[in-house]
Amino acid sequence: MSDQTYVTKDPRGPVTQLATPIRLDYLFTAGLSLSRNLRGYQRAEFVGQKCPTCGKVYVPSRGSCPVDGVALTEEVPLKNTGTVTTYCVVNVPFAGQSIKIPYICAQILLDGANLSFMGLIQECDVEDIHMGMRVEAVWVDEADLVPSLASVKYFRPTGEPDADYETYREYL
Amino acid sequence: MSQIPAAKQGHRPVAVVAFALSHVVRAETNANEVEMLMPVVHEVFAKAGITKDDVGFICSGSTDYLIGGPFSFVTALDAIGVWPPKSESHVEMDGAWALYEAFVRLQEGDIDIALVYGFGKSSLGDLDKIFALQLDPYTMAPLNPDLVSLAALQARAVIDQGIASEEDFAAVAARSRKSALSNEFAQVRRDDSLEDLMAEPYAVSPLRRHCLPPISDGASAIILVAGDRAFDLVERPAWITGIDHRIETHAIGARNLAVSTSTAKAAEMAGVGEGPVDLAEVHAPFASQEVILTTALGLPSDTVINPSGGALAANALMSGGLTRIGEAAQAILDGRAKRVVAHATSGPVLQQNLVCVLEGA
Repeated sequence: MSDQTYVTKDPRGPVTQLATPIRLDYLFTAGLSLSRNLRGYQRAEFVGQKCPTCGKVYVPSRGSCPVDGVALTEEVPLKNTGTVTTYCVVNVPFAGQSIKIPYICAQILLDGANLSFMGLIQECDVEDIHMGMRVEAVWVDEADLVPSLASVKYFRPTGEPDADYETYREYL
Repeated sequence: MSQIPAAKQGHRPVAVVAFALSHVVRAETNANEVEMLMPVVHEVFAKAGITKDDVGFICSGSTDYLIGGPFSFVTALDAIGVWPPKSESHVEMDGAWALYEAFVRLQEGDIDIALVYGFGKSSLGDLDKIFALQLDPYTMAPLNPDLVSLAALQARAVIDQGIASEEDFAAVAARSRKSALSNEFAQVRRDDSLEDLMAEPYAVSPLRRHCLPPISDGASAIILVAGDRAFDLVERPAWITGIDHRIETHAIGARNLAVSTSTAKAAEMAGVGEGPVDLAEVHAPFASQEVILTTALGLPSDTVINPSGGALAANALMSGGLTRIGEAAQAILDGRAKRVVAHATSGPVLQQNLVCVLEGA
């Protein structure tokens, strides 16, 4: 509004800010495919799902192969081990931080999977983390297993020799 | 080669060649959005006899406010499988407007086939709160007016202006639910007597429960094809001979809610009145709104209204308008009709309206 055409007589001047708090609550549908994966976490298992068209194994899966657009029908049990494809070291404190800094966040490609996901690395000095490092999942105690990635306490180095770059270059 | 009907606006001819929809249900608790959409997309490709590789453009209609997650339309592309990459777009509106965008995109002439879909789960959140957020953010949204109360204000205006009565609303609901008996995909399918409906208590006066749409989860999809290629795919393509959409002011108090000026203008631009209308699929979530819309569309008295049951029988948000176009087109694809009208609405109390005229060759 042009200040030439309208001037408020209120001594406080025009209103410049208005708070209208909004809160929306939602249900979430995990879906048929992701449910199989989440139930796996509850058993301390990684459950991959295979595309019947291209053969790629997704973990986690949202219900389809995003390349072929078809439902993933075959379940593939995966081992606890994988490879760090890339990583970052978190040095910045933020509200709600539950892990002592500095700590390592990494993309982990499980053995036999064709999709990496983010995981926390512990039992590893931040100077030692590197691409190709072999890691394994450490699960929470059996009584604490839940149908989510929270069942994975963290990943830690296995001490095996590094994975060959060619085995994970496609997943960077 | 069959002849393509003349396009009112002189556009490149575009036809609906296939339509598919999900069974519309109160709450799809097993499948997520991708899993709900995927079989519908597979079906529409199968009906058109094409694959995703034949598609030059993809456009979808949905809203993140229903799922409560950002960029949910990107996730939904997993249902299609867009590799190698596809030209894709999205409208935060009903899929009918995605169809409009695809129609415009096909005018450029470099591609011939487009996939359009709409999807939404109404069961995940509080619809009254969600849809209050589409209102003016300063003066209206903070009041949280619920969907039914806004529709009731509109219905009251319809009665006060002598356009229709509560009995007329009940008749619309009874006819819609009865028509839905022959639509296996609909949700509210029943034969009610007018007396029983009028005996229901008010939900929000003057609207009784039967005047309200069901809460629905669902998805639908359409394949659009430009030019003669449509005849390669199906025997009787449903040609879009006119399509237009108009919007009215955001200020509900500045409108006469008992009439739909935007629908009337869109109908005029799409050429609804320039020929007979065998059937019309009108997107009227509330029974009172159908009265307003059929008047604004200027439909002949012998036009069959909402043989699918319409939104009063299945109200999957974000695909309901697209489904109206699909249902109307299907009548031509099946050879049941020659000239049909489809309508879609968006925004509070019929703020924005799209009208589409489809004809067989």
